[in-house]
Amino acid sequence: MNSVIPAISFQSVSKAYPSPRGPKGSTFLALDQVSFDIEQGEFFGLLGPNGAGKTTLISILAGLIRASGGRISVLGHDVARDYAQARRSVGVVPQELVFDPFFNVREALRFQSGYFGIGRNDDWIDELLENLGLTDKAGVNMRALSGGMKRRVLVAQALVHKPPVIVLDEPTAGVDVELRQTLWQFIAKLNKQGHTVLLTTHYLEEAEALCSRIAMLKTGRVVALNHTSELLKAASSNVLRFKVDSELPAELAAQARITGRIVQFPAHDAHAIERFLAAVRQAGLTAQDVEIRKADLEDVFLEVMTQNKDSVHGVGLA
Amino acid sequence: MKGWQTLLYKEVLRFWRVAFQTIAGPVLTAMLYLLIFGHALESHVKVYGQVSYTAFLVPGLAMMSLLQNAFANSSSSLIMSKVMGNLVFLMLTPLSYMNWFVAYVGAAVIRGLVVGLGVFAVSALFTDISFIAPLWILTFGVLGAALMGTLGLIAGLWAEKFDQLAAFQNFVVMPMTFLSGVFYSIHSLPPVWQTVSHLNPFFYMIDGFRYGFFGVSDVSPWLSLAVVGGALAAISAVAVALLRSGYKIRS
Repeated sequence: MNSVIPAISFQSVSKAYPSPRGPKGSTFLALDQVSFDIEQGEFFGLLGPNGAGKTTLISILAGLIRASGGRISVLGHDVARDYAQARRSVGVVPQELVFDPFFNVREALRFQSGYFGIGRNDDWIDELLENLGLTDKAGVNMRALSGGMKRRVLVAQALVHKPPVIVLDEPTAGVDVELRQTLWQFIAKLNKQGHTVLLTTHYLEEAEALCSRIAMLKTGRVVALNHTSELLKAASSNVLRFKVDSELPAELAAQARITGRIVQFPAHDAHAIERFLAAVRQAGLTAQDVEIRKADLEDVFLEVMTQNKDSVHGVGLA
Repeated sequence: MKGWQTLLYKEVLRFWRVAFQTIAGPVLTAMLYLLIFGHALESHVKVYGQVSYTAFLVPGLAMMSLLQNAFANSSSSLIMSKVMGNLVFLMLTPLSYMNWFVAYVGAAVIRGLVVGLGVFAVSALFTDISFIAPLWILTFGVLGAALMGTLGLIAGLWAEKFDQLAAFQNFVVMPMTFLSGVFYSIHSLPPVWQTVSHLNPFFYMIDGFRYGFFGVSDVSPWLSLAVVGGALAAISAVAVALLRSGYKIRS
């Protein structure tokens, strides 16, 4: 579903914090002129390494912190000037696992619903509980829930006022496979019903599977913004993957992605593959379980981050 | 139910869930004061000429408990939510800063009044309590609780750690309540300390409150009403301004 009004519009958003190491009065820019729109109905991924500014951007969107410059609007409502309407339009799942220890799950959801002025919301609360596998936990105090269950309640709290825009800040960090599947099935269903979803995650296979468009942040700036399929097309088309028993020489290791014994090289063509394998042989190593696979979003992400490896946070004087 | 009503209800339920600590505990403390001081001083002290010391003590203790618990309610709720991180649930909602103010102060007033009523109910077992001007009692009870609830709101916003809040409670709230005439009429003090007591707004809260019981007080109840009302208006303006600016909440 497309519309003239974007679901979320980031316009030259900047956030400066006092610099902990610079001279007195100096600032560093956690966000530097971030601009892009998310259309209604999109499933949008916001990716970046730790400290890139993802959570800062979401916190400004949610009204938890204030931008130093620029503006954000949700369905046309400015999050600072028209905050009440903007907050009614957005449901945010925070990254931190927080809860109120005085109440049980149903009470927490009823209160959250009531803050939005919605009374008698038990039908929707029951639906949320069922879809998130929480029905048998409705009367359980929040303190007694496991980490994964608390995460589910956070998701339910964000959705309790039926927001057209859903923001998930690393919702699957440290949770088991079952919750991930339950959560993604439910969020995908809501997306199909027309809800816009903005997702930040470090699980790039999730982003690749779910997001139709992706923005990548590094040091507070947008360094890539495109449809997921276009990003994958633009990347090296193949990856050479094998295992070795010893360390690679430094010059080879610099070009590779290494995870334990697994080594992966971006390979555009057969010559590149032959060249890498020859270099490994010359180093006195044996490549085992050799395979060539299509590049995935993780390869794209690493390529983009490598291209921008010299990018540093902007600084200024307050 | 509107948003602010939900927050008010949640804040009331929060202290009610731990009523043993938030209501029964303060009532018991007040009773211990009454039994010990009343027993020790009853035969030695008469106040306002004809009022027995125990009867004089009851309104002061009730008001002291009311004030301290109104402060404790808003301040402890806010600092706990800040430290545990669950304040985010409120910050994500369309509730306005005025909604926050009304709900937090409203819950503090309710807890203060419940504790005050508890002190009266138990005190009635030990001494006769007269209510000469109930409207003054209610007026000063509500205004005092609102003032302390608002002060607690400011302290809860300002404090980043529990020990900062404890310092505020121990070095500001506690001395000002104890030195406000809970246990004595300020006419029994030397002139210098009478003058100092007149600078303490807590004195006017307790003195005006006590007027409703005995029809006599150290200063006119109208003066007390003006001071307490003025202090409440001033401190409310500060609290609302802090909430509006997102002080220590929205950076």
